[in-house]
Amino acid sequence: MHVLADREICIGAGQCVVAAPDVFDQDDDGRVLLITDNPTDDSTPSITDAVSACPSGALSLQQINPPEPPPAARPPGTES
Amino acid sequence: MINPAATRPAAAPAAESVPTIPMPRSCPMRPPDRYASLRDEQPRRVALRTGRTAWLLTRLDDIRELLAHPDVTASRTHPGFPLQIDLPDRIAEDELVSLVGMDPPVHTAVRRTLVGEFTVKRANAARARTQECVDSHLDAMQDRGHAELIADLALPVPSQMICELLGLPHADRDLFISSTAVILDRDATQDQQYATNIALLDYLDDAVAAKEAEPTDDLLGRLIATHHDKRGGELDHHAMVGLARLLVVAGHEATPNMIGLAVLALLAHPEQRRRLTLEPERWPAAIDELLRYFSIADQSTSRVALTDIRLGGVTIPAGDGIIGLNAAGNWDPTAFTHPETLDLERGSRRHLAFGHGAHQCLGQNLARMHLHVVLSTLFERLPQLRTTVPIDQLRFKDDSTVYGLHALPVTW
Repeated sequence: MHVLADREICIGAGQCVVAAPDVFDQDDDGRVLLITDNPTDDSTPSITDAVSACPSGALSLQQINPPEPPPAARPPGTES
Repeated sequence: MINPAATRPAAAPAAESVPTIPMPRSCPMRPPDRYASLRDEQPRRVALRTGRTAWLLTRLDDIRELLAHPDVTASRTHPGFPLQIDLPDRIAEDELVSLVGMDPPVHTAVRRTLVGEFTVKRANAARARTQECVDSHLDAMQDRGHAELIADLALPVPSQMICELLGLPHADRDLFISSTAVILDRDATQDQQYATNIALLDYLDDAVAAKEAEPTDDLLGRLIATHHDKRGGELDHHAMVGLARLLVVAGHEATPNMIGLAVLALLAHPEQRRRLTLEPERWPAAIDELLRYFSIADQSTSRVALTDIRLGGVTIPAGDGIIGLNAAGNWDPTAFTHPETLDLERGSRRHLAFGHGAHQCLGQNLARMHLHVVLSTLFERLPQLRTTVPIDQLRFKDDSTVYGLHALPVTW
């Protein structure tokens, strides 16, 4: 799972730090710092709490994309 | 367990008179009775004591949506703002300088000048000093053998800590304490509001000017050193004074009230309290539950619609005021199972006691830390603490914009 933190939207409330201190920190200006953007599955519940607690919507979770499937056969009529 | 599919009956014509703010409580420990039925109805528009009107949002998700909505303003000078206290015009303008009344992008820039002072790290760094302050106040109490908890602990500890943070003399705390009380009082006259605000602003004007002349190592001093427009920063003198006022009032208005109510609640739940003493790591969760349960700043989450917006199934016209009653949202049964139960192990941080969105309480990390240190130390040192007055004789702040107890006489 990928954690995304948008430092531009972040208002520095620090609730992510409280919810998941192994994943989130704050810099001296209060803005979110990701300690890791590829946390282990153990952290999922606390990260979900953090995303929910974030007052600005700066945090989101992204499933890591599965590998691309092999290209399909070309449709008829496209070969020049 | 959240049940988003729960249906709500369509609004029925009210048999009783249209509610208005503030609403009465039959039990001083619970939100106003009418909130529960308001949650079952579509949002409605009510009259306020000031003659203004407001749409009332009562469901957690609707209030969250309001507070994150891009098309609302927090400006207190907007004619539609649901003001509950008649502010003299000049003071209302000063509120505009105050962070609470600003909108993005100005709000964002001004708030950023302060955020670094209120991080989790900074709150933790202040813990030891807070502990010293609590210990010395408890020492004084113990020597006397009885106390009025608000005057002897709940007010002076946060007051001293905010004075130290800002770099204001604690000897002047009576001015801050009495000013805050008037500023929050719905029954204060316009003249009283004006005089009180002017006196506080004049004091802070001088205090900020002194720090501008000779820099100090405290929050206001650091703000001046880093963000004053004389150094190319974004805050002029007037803005500095406005921020100082906001922080003084904010530091005095909420934590003292929460301490009093929390003590009363903990006294009423001795088994849960004993578990906290045995397992002190449970305190942070307990504090969040107490915050949810009381939601003392129920109406601070107010806005005005800038365009027609759709919230809670109704269309709120542009220019109309909206109050997100966060005590109602925090007792929303679709968000919190058995919300009327104080469950110190509930462990939910989804509540709105500190608001939500860009204006979410700047001081929340400090507030949580103060509550933790005061409450845990109080009950550790005075396990036999009890009130000396029955609850029906206690005086609650029904006429303040922030709820709490006027006084809490105790012994041990």
